[in-house]
Amino acid sequence: MTPLPVETSSPLIETHDLRMTYRVGRGRVLRALDGVSLAVQAGEVLGLVGESGCGKSTLGRCMLRLVRPSGGRVVFDGIDITAMPERRLRPLRQDMQMVFQDSYAALNPRRPVGDLVAEPLRVHSAPGGGRRNGVEIARRLVELMDLVGLPQAALARYPHEFSGGQRQRINIARALALSPRLVVADEPVAALDVSIQAQIVNLFMDLRDRMGLTYVFVAHDLAVVRQISTRVAVMYLGAIVELGEADAVLHHPAHPYTAALIAAVPEPVARTDGLPPPLRGDVPSPIAPPPGCRFHPRCPAMRDRCSVDPPVLRRLPDGREVACHYPVLGAEPDLMPGLPAFLATGPAAGRPRH
Amino acid sequence: MTAPTATSPFASKPVGPWRRAGRRLARDRAAMTALLVLLVVTVGCLLAPLYARDVAHTDPFTSNVAGSVMIDGRPVDIMQPNDNPLHLGLSPIGPTWRASADLLGADSQGRDLAARLLYGGRTSLMISFCAAALCIVLAGMVGIVAGYVGGVVDAVLSRVMDIMWAVPVYLFAISLSIVTVSQGLTLGPITIGSDNLLIPICIIALVYVPYAARPVRGRVMTLRRAEFVTAARALGVPGYRIVLRDILPNVTGTLVVLAPLMMALAMMVESALSFLSIGVQAPGASWGTIIQDGEGLIYTRPMVAVAPGLAIVIVVLSLNVLGDGMRDALDVRDSGRERV
Repeated sequence: MTPLPVETSSPLIETHDLRMTYRVGRGRVLRALDGVSLAVQAGEVLGLVGESGCGKSTLGRCMLRLVRPSGGRVVFDGIDITAMPERRLRPLRQDMQMVFQDSYAALNPRRPVGDLVAEPLRVHSAPGGGRRNGVEIARRLVELMDLVGLPQAALARYPHEFSGGQRQRINIARALALSPRLVVADEPVAALDVSIQAQIVNLFMDLRDRMGLTYVFVAHDLAVVRQISTRVAVMYLGAIVELGEADAVLHHPAHPYTAALIAAVPEPVARTDGLPPPLRGDVPSPIAPPPGCRFHPRCPAMRDRCSVDPPVLRRLPDGREVACHYPVLGAEPDLMPGLPAFLATGPAAGRPRH
Repeated sequence: MTAPTATSPFASKPVGPWRRAGRRLARDRAAMTALLVLLVVTVGCLLAPLYARDVAHTDPFTSNVAGSVMIDGRPVDIMQPNDNPLHLGLSPIGPTWRASADLLGADSQGRDLAARLLYGGRTSLMISFCAAALCIVLAGMVGIVAGYVGGVVDAVLSRVMDIMWAVPVYLFAISLSIVTVSQGLTLGPITIGSDNLLIPICIIALVYVPYAARPVRGRVMTLRRAEFVTAARALGVPGYRIVLRDILPNVTGTLVVLAPLMMALAMMVESALSFLSIGVQAPGASWGTIIQDGEGLIYTRPMVAVAPGLAIVIVVLSLNVLGDGMRDALDVRDSGRERV
């Protein structure tokens, strides 16, 4: 498969040729992930983008071993966790946490917030060994509420008493309780109001600066991804089609799919200049992906070779990787010149709203 | 929409799911009436010894065919001749409506019916309560294990439940009771006498386990895939703790709602078994045994069979109304999203 990028330090988490297949009856197989290789360095924010069903969430869950991949390897901090039994995986989970899309579903409705956020502190032993006592846990809970911008009184409340944005803060507090190194955020703002989205994205960025976190940030909203990511991986039908620096990928896409994705972002003022034509047709079924390049039936730049020869992810001169035989090279008009106004707010974490 | 102040960011006190359900139940008039009826019946039955000793001055467990009671200062024989063509010979005294003298009349042995009714209620309520509790606990364990572990364990447990379900409840309970009533129950070093109330309690609990376990299993299977369970796994919470802290609190609602309904069903099975002389053994009383006593007197002294029958109807009806009210009050699905 594609060689991994040459890096000076070893990555915090990497996947090698990761595959996830599901049997869907009558001998058919759904390939949710079809050979995904990527590496995330400590301190990086990798944005994972793509349409619904492209395998972004599955990739995130495989990375944290919430599901067991059917092929390939997941290496966390130099340790192969691909087939590690849950019992041995548990101590490692202190360092890798997840924030879910549905902030309500991710919180047990029958337990008060303080109990929910304290759970990781109770099940994992303190850094020096031994269990944390009640005083330590209570002190940490206060710190965490402060960190995510919730009042201490929230600890005694139940999840249903909060708004979506506040609940996502609770989820973030729980994920950060043990000061993890990696946080996989699975569409953490997709279910929130736009004004609240900005607050939560800002909170994520603020926390990253303060705690030196590494994020894998799954999202389908390109504006959100651009705001927070240092690198971006674009996925299509279970495979990465473009991977590189966020600015390069989002402003000068090399893969026709990335360009189409960016062109599809609705904008307040209609633009006609330099935009690629909109995509034709629907995403093919991952049960029967098209031969050759997976994107060729919808690609505006399709040529004969594309329908027979599947392109592999290869490195372009500017350092990004693209799975396309005919990538767009050189200067192209910036497809994403302005940020939507709501994201151009201050860098500080937003205050919670009531 | 103002920024929260540190002192009072929330309008009211925290409201837990149980407290909220309790408030809803308190507003449900039918359920509260049923609860009141059940409390009155239970307290009355618990006071049975007091009534027998201090009010009626009788021993409801010994035969009293030669005795007499004082009515308006005159002694009256308890067993009296009657002219009913369907029941020749002596009949026990009918209702006197005097608490000190066979308030509701006497049974075929000349025993005070009212006192026996209270004693019988004590036994019936105790058996059905314990059987329901035991059944809920067993069903909870079976349902949670089958639903959470899944796979082969689930397949085996579910097939066993299916087999039990395939046998009609009353037939199943009667068959088990006939065996245990004749020779008691010996489990290794433990021997339980055939007149021990544990026997009907265990039998009734056992036959209803599949009925309660199935909904629990279904609920657990849904919960196992819930995102907060995935979140707990991602946090590194061990499996047993997920079951105890995340699954169980979400199943207790289902179990609590089932409890009054199971108790109503248990009471009917208990009465049926006792009526057939394979439940509570003489001279002990339960509403079922009193109905059986009254069977022979149905033409002359219908009160002996009607009174316990009515008691069963009242209690079972109240339990069902209460169960419905609790189901509505505990419906977490709707209430949880109220403020989303």
